[in-house]
Amino acid sequence: MPTPLRILVPIKRVIDYAIKPRVNKARTGVETQGVKHSMNPFDELSIEAAVRIRERKTMPVEDILAFSAGPEKCTDVLRTAMAMGADRSIHVEIPASDASSELEPLGVAKVLKKVVEEEGRNLVILGKQSIDDDSGQTGQMLAALLGWGQATQASKIEFEGENHVHVTKEVDGGVETVRSPLPMIITTDLRLNEPRYATLPNIMKAKKKPIVKKTLKDYAVEEGRRLKTLKVEEPPPRQGGGKVEDVDGLISKLKELGAI
Amino acid sequence: MYIDNSAYDKGLAENYAPLIVENVKSQQCTHVFAAHSAFGKSLMPRVAALLDVQQISDITAIESEDTFTRPIYAGNAILTVQSSDKIKIVTLRGTSFAVAETEGGSAEIIEGADPKVDITTEWVSEDLAKSDRPDLTSASKVVSGGRGLKSKEEFDRLIPPLADALGAAIGASRAAVDSGFADNSLQVGQTGKNVAPQLYLCAGISGAIQHLAGMKDSKVIAAINKDGDAPIFQVADVGLVGDLFTKVPELTGKLRR
Repeated sequence: MPTPLRILVPIKRVIDYAIKPRVNKARTGVETQGVKHSMNPFDELSIEAAVRIRERKTMPVEDILAFSAGPEKCTDVLRTAMAMGADRSIHVEIPASDASSELEPLGVAKVLKKVVEEEGRNLVILGKQSIDDDSGQTGQMLAALLGWGQATQASKIEFEGENHVHVTKEVDGGVETVRSPLPMIITTDLRLNEPRYATLPNIMKAKKKPIVKKTLKDYAVEEGRRLKTLKVEEPPPRQGGGKVEDVDGLISKLKELGAI
Repeated sequence: MYIDNSAYDKGLAENYAPLIVENVKSQQCTHVFAAHSAFGKSLMPRVAALLDVQQISDITAIESEDTFTRPIYAGNAILTVQSSDKIKIVTLRGTSFAVAETEGGSAEIIEGADPKVDITTEWVSEDLAKSDRPDLTSASKVVSGGRGLKSKEEFDRLIPPLADALGAAIGASRAAVDSGFADNSLQVGQTGKNVAPQLYLCAGISGAIQHLAGMKDSKVIAAINKDGDAPIFQVADVGLVGDLFTKVPELTGKLRR
């Protein structure tokens, strides 16, 4: 009998991808007050991947646990994850006012390691990066802390035999396929799937699914920040150079600019 | 430093990471740099966690030995951070740094330590897009196509000849890649490649922020788009409003002469 999958899907609440972020006046970060937030797009792919593994039925799925660390409002993205098909959630609440305990990827990985151990997880599916910090580290760090195999930037996930996973990864210049036994860590890339929309009945049902509240203390992770933000600035603006009338105008302007 | 062991042929992070950690420790390295490529992205966070270090990803500038600058929010903000870790693990953006001379160095080659870690992950296969064109991330000119090309046939009919006429690499927007017009590895943007060529010439790309994140450091940006209000024109040095199906072949023809 194949081992039933106990999947963990960590998700992050970020500024919606369609919003153009603005640097705050104090130049300490990006303005987040009153800005629309959503689930990190790569994390939607992770939830979708987990739900599809269950629906495909080639491997038994015991449960899908969603996880998020951050302010109270993270429960919104956890509800979305459960409306998409996650069974239950853990929310590590970090007060929005307490920027000093805001987790860096290493801190998140340390918390996730504890969750994996306590909850007996054997597959963790994460997004390849969050679109706010753009670090792309958490999955690999978690794999290192657990000593598990990793497949980053997955565009295809297939199970083979009792507990092997074949993952096709997006690499520079094409794709690469690796094979690893469970347990393992997978990070998702854009081409993996198209996340479903949460339907109204499923949104209603998700309200009844449990969210367990935790704090960093519960996981005994005291992770001070290693990186100190010195400043956050707007990138130098690019001045559009105006338009030309026709192809000849385009060519002569490009010559003038020394581009051809 | 070299390590002779075929276990490292396929660049799997699972055995590379302990290898790097071992040698960083034995050589007492204070800084570990790698390119923010698929290999560096997969490997370095694993190294960082094993060393209990918070990595700094995709830097575009080095301010001092512990202070680095990097883009966040798809390049919409530039963050400067100072690391308190003893060892700095950093990936860097290739297009932000000049390539070192390949001659005139005088380094000694030594044999490194090989921890010979047993790993369970196996490399199975790869499928790399074959191309005789310049590499996208290092090309001095890039011609890029988007959703406006409407089909793979039109992409293949219009974009490669223009790229050939300029000696340019080919890029694509996410929309073009998702629609199957171009290979995934050609995607330019926040989640694809970052390019900063002398000339970035794009056709049928509207200029979403995720796309701009990957190309706005280009020296000269030229855009052809039929929508005069497309955001791409706000960053383009030269913009031509018109139908790409007539303008691109005309441009290709005139450049060839």
